This record gives sequence, C-alpha cells and structure tokens, in this order.
Amino acid sequence: MAQHAHAHDAAEEYAEGGHDTHHGNYVRIWAILCVLLVVSVAGPFFGHPLVTLVTAFGIAVVKAYMVAKHFMHITVAPRFVAYLVGTCLAFMLLFFAGTAPDVMRLYGTNWKKPSLIQADAAYESEHHEAAH
Amino acid sequence: MSARPIATTRSTSGMPTGRLAVWWVIASEIVIFGGILGSYVMFRLSHDAFATQAAHTNTWIGAFNTLVLLTSSLFAVLGHKAADQGDGPKAARMLYLTSLGGIIFLLVKFGYEWPTEIHHGFTISSHPFWSFYYTAAGIHAAHVLAGVVIMLIIAPMARRSLELHRVELIGVYWHFVDVVWIFLFPLLYIAK
Repeated sequence: MAQHAHAHDAAEEYAEGGHDTHHGNYVRIWAILCVLLVVSVAGPFFGHPLVTLVTAFGIAVVKAYMVAKHFMHITVAPRFVAYLVGTCLAFMLLFFAGTAPDVMRLYGTNWKKPSLIQADAAYESEHHEAAH
Repeated sequence: MSARPIATTRSTSGMPTGRLAVWWVIASEIVIFGGILGSYVMFRLSHDAFATQAAHTNTWIGAFNTLVLLTSSLFAVLGHKAADQGDGPKAARMLYLTSLGGIIFLLVKFGYEWPTEIHHGFTISSHPFWSFYYTAAGIHAAHVLAGVVIMLIIAPMARRSLELHRVELIGVYWHFVDVVWIFLFPLLYIAK
C-alpha cells in the first residue's frame, strides 16, 4: 500500500516536474525518417557518385538532425548542451584535420603501412588484369 | 528522509542531474565514435581497395537494421511521452518494445550477418576495411546491448510508476545509438 502511494506520488511528481519537452507527432517524424532511409538506399541505383554522396551522407546528416531535434529534444535543452555536443564534434574535425595529412599516406619518414601497401598492390594488379 | 536518488532531486545546471550526466556520456561517446568514423573516412578516401571490400557488405541487411533502430527510437520517445504524462505502465510497454528492437538488431547482426561474412572469408584480419567494419559495428553493437540491458532493468520500475525520469534518460541514450548507426550505415553499406 505504502509502495503504491509512493509510486503514485513519484509519478505525479515526475509528471508535474516542470518538463519543458514539447511532444510533437512522433509517428510523422518516424515516417519521414523511413522515407529518407528509402531514398538513401535508392541513391546508388542511379550509378552517379555525386547522387550517392548526397543521398547517403546528405540524408544521414538530415536524419541525425531530425532525431536530435525531435526525439532527443536537444533544441529545448539548455543552450550549453548544444555547445557541449558541438565542441566534441569540433574536436572530431580537429582530429581529422590534424592526422589526415599523415594517415592518408602509405609512406612517411621512417614509417610505412605494410598491410595497406599490400592491399593497394593487390587492388592495382586486379584492375590491371581486368583492363587487359 | 528522502530515498530518492540525487539524479532525480537535484538540479544545478537548469536540468536534472541525471539528464546532464547522460548528455556528458553522449559528448564523450561522440569523441569515441568520431575517432573511429574519422579514421575510417581517411582510409576510405585514400585507398580505392576499400571500395571493392565494401562491395561485399549486404545493403539490405544494413537497411533492415536501420529501420529496426529507427522504429525502436520511435518507441523510446513514445515511452518518454508516456512517462511525462505519468503513465508508467505504458512507458514500460514502450521500453519493452524498444528493447525488442535492440534484440532484433543484435540477432540479425550476430545470428546472420556476421556469420555469413566470416563464412565467406571476410574476417577482422582479412583486410583493413574489415578491421574497421568489425570494430565500428562491434562497438556500436556493444552499446545496443548495454541499452537493452538498462531498459530491461528500468522497465519493471516504470511499470510501477517508479523513477519515471529514467525512461527519458535511457531514451536519450538510445537515440544517440540510433544516430551513430545513421552514420555507420552509409559509410559501411552504401559507399561502395
């Protein structure tokens, strides 16, 4: 009995707890996400790299934004949450920019990447044979 | 004396401490997954051989699992809505449905997709592409498993209308897991 009363109080307290979340039509958002998924899968069938790039990664960004905005409610969270997430994304880009000049090469000063050199050589030889 | 956890009762930053903690977790996860995905993109752009290996991934399986995660995210946010309305039993049902989505995702991955690929000789050491593939998808799957376990712990409490704020917290985490997969899907299954 006491536990039931506590549960009732807790539920009421949570329900009245000053939640700033606006609950929209989530099924509609889910339906849009599903349509975008279909478009991203269909993109490569056009056989154009630019179309694939846009339908795959452009749509991924749109889908991620929709989930963050409508499901995670990031836009109604305090502003510092967006700054926190944005800072981590910026660090990701900084990591990419800082390491890409070395990582995207096969050789450097006193270092090389044997497994990738081998994989690239096998790829080149396969394509060379296919061309002839 | 109150037995309520501090995450429920204290707010020092304009939001409950529990929700703040989840956002901190997500921020740190962005760095983890961002590092993996960023590294993959560097290798993918600089080595054409990655494209020939990526051609062996099954786009339809990846798309199905994306649909499963998107649908489970819908149930998670409907659970959050039910919790906000004080409807514990409905929130619990939504959590169970969300967990079911996670379980289906894992079953497809570990019960069919990975065994098929390994059977065809695409192991974690067969090519750097597959090293990235199994590492990124494996770490993501570990997060899915963690989410399912946490939801199955929270749901019975939610059913009794206890600690309903946790429904929202696990939901936010679950949506993040969904967002990570939204980027993994085109990287591993579509960009061939």
